Amino acid sequence: MRLALLSFLLLAQPALANKVFVSNEKGNDITVLDSETLEVIATFPAGNRPRGITISPDGKELYVCASDDDTVRVFDTETYQETHTLPSGPDPELFVLHPSGNPLYIANEDDNLVTIVDVQTRRVLAEVPVGVEPEGMAISPDGAFVVNTSETTNMAHFIDTASSQIVANVLVDQRPRYAQFTADGKLLFVTAEIGGTVAVIDVATKEVVHKIGFQIPGVLPEAIQPVGLKITQDGSRVFVALGPANRVAVIDGTTFEVIDYLLVGQRVWQLAFTPDERLLFTTNGNSNDVSVIDVAAGKVIRSVPVGQQPWGIVVAPD
Amino acid sequence: MRIAATLGLIGLLAPAPLGAETVIRSAVLRVDVAGLPPISRLDLPPDDLGLAGARLGTMDNATTGGFLGQTFETAELTATPETAAATLDKAMADGAGFVVVIADDAMTLVLADAARDRALILNAGARGDALRGTECRANIVHVAPSHAMLADALAQFLAWKKWDEWFLISGSHPADLDLAQAYRASATKFGAKIVEDRVFEDTGGARRTDTGHVQIQKQMPVFTQGAARHDILIAADEAGIFAEYLPYQSWEARPVAGSAGLVPRSWHPALEAWGATQFQNRFEAMAGRPMRDEDYQAWLAVRIIGEAATRTGSADPAVLRDHILSPGFEVAGFKGQKLTIRDWDHQLRQPILLTTGSLTASVSPQDAFLHQVSQLDTLGKDRPETECSFP
Repeated sequence: MRLALLSFLLLAQPALANKVFVSNEKGNDITVLDSETLEVIATFPAGNRPRGITISPDGKELYVCASDDDTVRVFDTETYQETHTLPSGPDPELFVLHPSGNPLYIANEDDNLVTIVDVQTRRVLAEVPVGVEPEGMAISPDGAFVVNTSETTNMAHFIDTASSQIVANVLVDQRPRYAQFTADGKLLFVTAEIGGTVAVIDVATKEVVHKIGFQIPGVLPEAIQPVGLKITQDGSRVFVALGPANRVAVIDGTTFEVIDYLLVGQRVWQLAFTPDERLLFTTNGNSNDVSVIDVAAGKVIRSVPVGQQPWGIVVAPD
Repeated sequence: MRIAATLGLIGLLAPAPLGAETVIRSAVLRVDVAGLPPISRLDLPPDDLGLAGARLGTMDNATTGGFLGQTFETAELTATPETAAATLDKAMADGAGFVVVIADDAMTLVLADAARDRALILNAGARGDALRGTECRANIVHVAPSHAMLADALAQFLAWKKWDEWFLISGSHPADLDLAQAYRASATKFGAKIVEDRVFEDTGGARRTDTGHVQIQKQMPVFTQGAARHDILIAADEAGIFAEYLPYQSWEARPVAGSAGLVPRSWHPALEAWGATQFQNRFEAMAGRPMRDEDYQAWLAVRIIGEAATRTGSADPAVLRDHILSPGFEVAGFKGQKLTIRDWDHQLRQPILLTTGSLTASVSPQDAFLHQVSQLDTLGKDRPETECSFP
């Protein structure tokens, strides 16, 4: 009886809608979508050249790298008002929040630094010198390592979060853009935009165990530029945004084989799942829209116009 | 591992104590020829032209090298044509296994022949086609784009515009003639027609006098008068004598391209795409001025050396050289795709920017021009056309 009631409730309850926040690099604003209706519900200003975007675990604070303002702007996710800024170092581009919600690890492209900022006290805790043009940031699920990728040095730098020291450097292909750990913390995926590959790094040995390449009929190899990447919680699927190839690659998380290429908007850049991983959103910088992928069906189901040059994207937690 | 990383970080902050096997020694040598100043004072060459680019490249290499226990030293040298050979000798005697040369075609050739197998020359200045063709040398890597690449880059854009009737105006200096020849070859290659072909004789004379503009306003229309119907004027003026005078002064109301107007080049300080903004920022913070072509080319040349050192983990010039000239070599250069080296003439493949005074108007290769191997090989001398044969 109880079970039946529960399932009835589950069925009757409309799926939770989540806010989807998109940073528009050229429009200098944030577009907010509703993950159920896929309609734009708000747009608000976000400073100059907003790129990296993330959200606190409780969903209340939105963090935006305002690259040309040399600061991280913090917004209330209900009122869309800016509540305060965080010191970020110059030209912040991408960042990652500790799983606990604090601190924030920021890549400073112009200064070859990773800046670690306490989001409560709003103070810089440490600066870690890394390679030339730090960009991608990832944190291991247990919070032990932060990884930064440096675009001209072509390395993934493993930073021990306890000591704020680099403990390993892993060479990858040209211009590494983005990194993500699997949920079990065993593997790290790193995209190389100019190299055209994704490196799979064994976190225990800090060695590249596999390199994923891409081939799309009718698309020039030079146009295949892996940038954003997202892995499902169970590790079974990896999605890679291929930039000017206008496609998202679907990769088997066990065999590392490319299963499919999904046609999305132009210059696809960053990706974000809904918390239930039913939908995957892509920012398409040249067509000024967001493509919506039905993850289970492996199909693009909608494209939603947003602001000018959408760059980063984050979905609010449930 | 932690110890190695810590050592690397120390290396970032101060010159590390040098173990001989971990130092990669190079030199950048600019050979200055005495001559007239450029037409526009905005184009006056800075003292550190090219050298500043090499310096940034060395800094970038050092940051990466810090993580691998590699140190990079690049001697910054300038010379006159008379002192160039001795300066090169000294650099090699001091251990430079790589010399980035910023010089004209003839001097680059002289230096390459003087270096023989003692150093790999990275050409970051000379653009002549003979240097990559009949006069090619196996110990040169051409980082600077060739005349043929620059001309093809412009020709592809003009083909896309359907501006296919060209009025070619060449200067009278040898480099001008080489560039003009490249435009003639490009016209044939991409289906354009040179409907009028004239030479602007450099007769010397006052350049920046009080009434200079009055003279120009009268001379240029007369010089361009009576040409066959054309879509565009193309100036081949490597010597920088007349091209900048052409826009708005031609007899017919036609745009100008080539050495003025829409200019094909390796770099432009307004480029923002492909992460170039942060690269421009880093250079400007260091040098206190915008980046020029020579700086970009020298930066890229030094990065090629660094990339080889990173990938091979070696400091042995012979190992690095083999890697640079191997089929697998690639380097990133803020052009949106990997840059590789042609094995038939050692020319670096690279997109070419088509720039106006203050912007990048377009980038070639243009989408429509396809190639069976690399789209970048639609620019310049492809394998079947090359006149180069290495021993």
